[in-house]
Amino acid sequence: MSAATQLSNTAVLDTQQTRAHQAVVLRLADSCLILAHRLSQWCGHGPMLEEDIALTNVSLDLLGQARLLLSHAGRIEGRFDDGKEGRGRSEDELAYFRNEGEFLNWTMTELPNGTGPHEDYGLTIARNAMVAALMIPLWEALASSTDPELAAIAAKSVKEARAHWRHAGEWLVRLGDGTELSHARAQAALDRLWPYANEWWQTDRLEQQAADAGIAPVLASLRPQWNERMHALLQEATLKEPRATGFISTGKLGEHSEHLGFLLAEMQSLARSHPGAQW
Amino acid sequence: MSAGDTERPVAATSGLPPGSIEEARALIADIPDPEIPVLTLEDLGILRGVHEEAGHLVVSLTPTYTGCPATEAIRDEVERTLAQAGHVGAQVRLTLSPPWSTDWISARGRRRLTDYGIAPPACAAGDLPGQGEHPGSAQVIRFMPRAASLSGVEATITCPRCASPHTEQLSAHSSTPCKALYRCLTCREPFDYFKPY
Repeated sequence: MSAATQLSNTAVLDTQQTRAHQAVVLRLADSCLILAHRLSQWCGHGPMLEEDIALTNVSLDLLGQARLLLSHAGRIEGRFDDGKEGRGRSEDELAYFRNEGEFLNWTMTELPNGTGPHEDYGLTIARNAMVAALMIPLWEALASSTDPELAAIAAKSVKEARAHWRHAGEWLVRLGDGTELSHARAQAALDRLWPYANEWWQTDRLEQQAADAGIAPVLASLRPQWNERMHALLQEATLKEPRATGFISTGKLGEHSEHLGFLLAEMQSLARSHPGAQW
Repeated sequence: MSAGDTERPVAATSGLPPGSIEEARALIADIPDPEIPVLTLEDLGILRGVHEEAGHLVVSLTPTYTGCPATEAIRDEVERTLAQAGHVGAQVRLTLSPPWSTDWISARGRRRLTDYGIAPPACAAGDLPGQGEHPGSAQVIRFMPRAASLSGVEATITCPRCASPHTEQLSAHSSTPCKALYRCLTCREPFDYFKPY
């Protein structure tokens, strides 16, 4: 192999790695953003004032995390051409001017807050618990990422994820170990959401490349910690762990459920009607 | 960024007048928090440093919560204050690492919070009782109490009005994302509690 070929191979590898780097940051950013938007839809609809405030608080945390991650993803994008920091897209361009297929959030985060016309608090709580049970070990691992910016975001965010876990966990216990009706609805919510966790445990090339570079762990490596957390919580909540299924969603690959388009239409309408608007 | 700035070509080579960093720091330290105006930026512990880069002031601030809407208001206020004091081209830099903690709120800040009617945060570092992340480690208020599984004890939060330690949490979320709503069982007054972070 000539020196020139070697050099260009290295460049190709670097570009691939930068793309993998951006992809894992975007998957995380989009998951935070989309779940933040779903939770914001509870604003004014919470089952009681305190919970209305609690959910919008959780939403605000996730939005803050999404903003830091999106800005970071934009800066990584700026390196695509020449390996140097350059101008990639801004957080707003990434949030408001990408289409459905360009979003890389986990499908679980885009599912509506209920089934049918009604919101279901049990479903929101079960989802928040399942996501937080992943985010805690994920942020903990990211805090020692080879990407210092990502590590700094993680060290802050893990504190917030712990508070989200506590909030959702307390409610899942309250609902699961509550009345016959609250128990049945919490169990139904879990049964509905459980298959969507499978997406996390599927490792693709991008995730593997980012892991090889020490940027982010493959999510599958966090599965034992996730299982342990959920197992303890479900026991306390007197809920049954749903049976494993072969269903695998593909949101992180940009292939989404029918729900994301509607969510984006709502979330992006203001920015697209008035591009560049400021207040 | 500031090196290429053409507004102050003289300062870019000769540096700032003596004492201006200290003077700027004192100005910024006294800026009140927009959300809890009894606290200054210094009390909050978010002012990490002021230094000079190529003839311009650079202020490092640590954001509190990732989603805190006050962060941008604070940044704008710092820039406005410095501009008014004649520091053209001063820059504010947000430094995420190390992450801010409520443990950085100064002793004076904690006294001011209490006087204002907000109970200051308990220690955030380490595992205090009631701050464990697992729901089983703290008392879950249930529809149907189940005494056997209640294992943890909440940290004692003192009423900022009557100093009674007999208080209870009404809601983990209150007037702003950083506070919880409590009630004093002695004087019966509700109050905000600044949550450890």
